[in-house]
Amino acid sequence: MHNLTIAQMIRELRQKTFSSVELTEHFLARIERLDSQYNSFVSITRARALQQARQADARLAAGNAPALCGVPIAHKDIFCTNGVRTSCGSKMLDNFVPPYDATIVENYQRDGVVMLGKTNMDEFAMGSSNETSYYGPVRNPWALNCVPGGSSGGAAASVAARITPACTASDTGGSIRQPASLCGITGIKPTYGRVSRWGMIAFASSLDQAGLLTRTAEDSALLLNTMASFDSKDSTCVDEPVPDYTATLNQSISGLKIGLPKEYFGEGLSEGTARAVEEAIKTFEKLGATVHSISLPHSHIAVPAYYVIAPAECSANLSRFDGVRYGYRCENPQNLEDLYKRSRSEGFGDEVKRRIMVGCYALSAGFYDAYYAKAQKARRLIQQDFVEAFKQVDVIMGPTSPSPAFEFGSKGKDPVAMYLEDIYTIATNLAGLPGMSIPCGLSDNKPVGLQIIGNYFAEAQMLNVAHQFQQNTQFHDLAPAGIQ
Amino acid sequence: MDHSEIKKLAHLARLEIRPDALDEVAERISNVLTLVDQLQALDTDHVAPMAHPLDAVQRLRADVVTEPDCRAAYQAIAPATENGLYLVPKVID
Repeated sequence: MHNLTIAQMIRELRQKTFSSVELTEHFLARIERLDSQYNSFVSITRARALQQARQADARLAAGNAPALCGVPIAHKDIFCTNGVRTSCGSKMLDNFVPPYDATIVENYQRDGVVMLGKTNMDEFAMGSSNETSYYGPVRNPWALNCVPGGSSGGAAASVAARITPACTASDTGGSIRQPASLCGITGIKPTYGRVSRWGMIAFASSLDQAGLLTRTAEDSALLLNTMASFDSKDSTCVDEPVPDYTATLNQSISGLKIGLPKEYFGEGLSEGTARAVEEAIKTFEKLGATVHSISLPHSHIAVPAYYVIAPAECSANLSRFDGVRYGYRCENPQNLEDLYKRSRSEGFGDEVKRRIMVGCYALSAGFYDAYYAKAQKARRLIQQDFVEAFKQVDVIMGPTSPSPAFEFGSKGKDPVAMYLEDIYTIATNLAGLPGMSIPCGLSDNKPVGLQIIGNYFAEAQMLNVAHQFQQNTQFHDLAPAGIQ
Repeated sequence: MDHSEIKKLAHLARLEIRPDALDEVAERISNVLTLVDQLQALDTDHVAPMAHPLDAVQRLRADVVTEPDCRAAYQAIAPATENGLYLVPKVID
């Protein structure tokens, strides 16, 4: 059952090959039996999952169930779930049981999707290796001595290990696409504003976007149909009709214009990754696409601009954690300042504290223009590069990450080495564009991801392009060794 | 960044840095600031800052009550409350 895609599960559930309870029980048993190797789950919601599965079976029997009814998935532990601990990978929220559901969690419940549990992540989504989680690192199913990527590392590892069919995730600078790449699965970050951020714990509000980690593009399309919605509770959500993302999957991509930014194929890109990406491009040419060399001249300032904007917004967002209203509170505070300082110092990990401090610096009196205002201007230039590029091409492609999964601790103690892991994904967030990563080969027996960047609200086109590739290749079917 | 700058920054962020960690924190934050300083070489004289990728503006809604009273649910997860109020250490002598 666990080798089925969600598209296949939907058919089998309707043909009564198995029930949602049987399917859910199968995945729960796999999580309980296998996850000690990966550490990809922080909470398993067995009782709730089986209750939801029974309700789904009743709806399926009644014959009017929504498409996804009865399909089990997991949620990244950044999405608030009513009555289920939502930790965001932090000691600060280790005791936080939200009194409400995130909008996307509600959307999936409405459509009868079963929640298996909550997945591990870098603390407050700050990291590219899942090494900053309060609950310990997640191990990559392809190589247990390597990271799964981050921040949605638990989500990606659990899908790659086939212990969950799909997982919701979030992407602020690459947190869906980079782990998808390192774990050999499919990931989609929609356009900024396409999916509600309400109930998704905020890191950098102008960059954060919810999305999905799945095995195939078709599964992403099925799940995005439910996830995407206009939500008046998120002031930056865009009121744009949601198409049926599965309707255009089978369109021909003959004549598709693919842009290859020369800046994404330069120094720092590993040979194995470059080779796999170039082979993938050749496959697209065989399918009738044409390839065009383009330039995104401000690519080199994306990482510096991001590391002003994201910490600045994070320092503001995380000021709400004060030990007063919810979350961690230090023992025996002497006064209010001591309460704030010790609750925050004991509750946050090192990377989170570092980013809060960098953000405070960038926003402090006398530095605002030199840092934050300057970075917002750089952001405009980065966006204009994409606007110009999309006048010539339909989609942009390149590597998702500079190299395949790396070993734990190998980036050393300098945070900047880790930051460069997202060098190809960050610009997309700064511009608010949608992006995907799909598996396109192996290098040293570890997966390589191809990044597809689309124009604003062109999720259907990206999914069509990815699906056509997957109809003609087998990389998305490859499983890590030992996973049957 | 020297120790006094780091301490000032930590205070602004309401964080405490252990004295024996000051060197390491200073070094790593300096590395990040060196990275972001690459922005200074960029010519942005005639560029407008970007606030929202789709130039969206704040939506307005009718001036009616939309929020229900959730105080009991919110305070149920607070570290300390009394009579519907959040408790903190004494701030006025």
